[in-house]
Amino acid sequence: MFPLNDNGMISGLLCGILFGYVLENAGFGSPVKLSAQFRLNDWAVFKVMFTAIVVAAAGLWLLRIGGLLKPDSIAVPQAAMAASAVGGALVGAGFAVGGYCPGTSVAGVFSGRIDAAVFIVGVIAGTAGFAAFYGATLKSLKAAGLIAEGDTFTDVYSVPEPVMLGILVAALIAVFYFGSWFERRRGGPVTAEQAVAGAAPTP
Amino acid sequence: MNTPNQNRPVKPFWPPFVAGIVLGLVLLLTFVLSGHGLGASGAANDLVAGVGLQLVPEATKANGYLGPQVADGSPLGSWMTWEIVGVAIGALFGAFMAGRFRVQLDGERSVGAKSRLVKTLVGGILAGFGARIAGGCTSGLGLSGAAALGVAAFVFLALFFATGMIVSRLVKGV
Repeated sequence: MFPLNDNGMISGLLCGILFGYVLENAGFGSPVKLSAQFRLNDWAVFKVMFTAIVVAAAGLWLLRIGGLLKPDSIAVPQAAMAASAVGGALVGAGFAVGGYCPGTSVAGVFSGRIDAAVFIVGVIAGTAGFAAFYGATLKSLKAAGLIAEGDTFTDVYSVPEPVMLGILVAALIAVFYFGSWFERRRGGPVTAEQAVAGAAPTP
Repeated sequence: MNTPNQNRPVKPFWPPFVAGIVLGLVLLLTFVLSGHGLGASGAANDLVAGVGLQLVPEATKANGYLGPQVADGSPLGSWMTWEIVGVAIGALFGAFMAGRFRVQLDGERSVGAKSRLVKTLVGGILAGFGARIAGGCTSGLGLSGAAALGVAAFVFLALFFATGMIVSRLVKGV
């Protein structure tokens, strides 16, 4: 019965190596490629994320109904609404200003980008800053808007899992359809050659 | 600094659909193996807690946020810290094999070296601080949490993309 709950070194290294390899091959070591999602001329971030979410969510569901995965055995983030919203906004702002998020900055450094290393210094400073400022205000922010009924859509809103998967598939199709439409109108996605050359000078 | 990689021709990126399917399978494998998803900012958290415990043990143990995390010893060597070491290896291998490894200050030509360094540092601070508020970043909360159909993940992703789109119109990051 899965999960194996293996949190050792080999398990971490294996998952990490595969994760890093995919991130780089998707083009997510490049801040030009990544931030082009926010300018809507490259939808790779949306497309890759939504596809991965659907594949993993469908896989988890199939393993569960097949009796291979224990029910309620997978970690689900706590439904803390205020913290997720404020944190999401700050990570999004950091992504727009810095060109990376914490995971993609590691892919950036190891495809040779010095600016990504500086981003990581910032992430560590921001983490240390959070710990330094951790007090009543941050504590109450993390606790605000906590949904008591549970953490998943099935627990909180009684949406059956197959329905949620259907909604996600519909969202995925919409992302590919509208994303490709935007890409055609705005000069197409960032190619590997453009990404390797680095951000072009502003004309 | 801007010497092109002459050893290997630059290979194109994987099509997004292919990269998405492979990433989904890697994420599924991670859930099956470890019981949780992929992450990134958690490694920064473990690094700060672990290094803090070595350099300033009393202050780290007394800290309201880090204290409980170091109660059972240093979090260095956690699954998440090894995973990030793996991400580095995997990305290096991917970039090298595809002729996409190139040492550069990306953004130097578009916004200037000084501006780029300030922006990437500020961006990192915002992302690091924000990830601790949310309890995860794009990979840990956004990607992995959404695959587990967590409500918090979709709130995170909605605000992440909305804010990112607004801020990218106000500031040219790269």
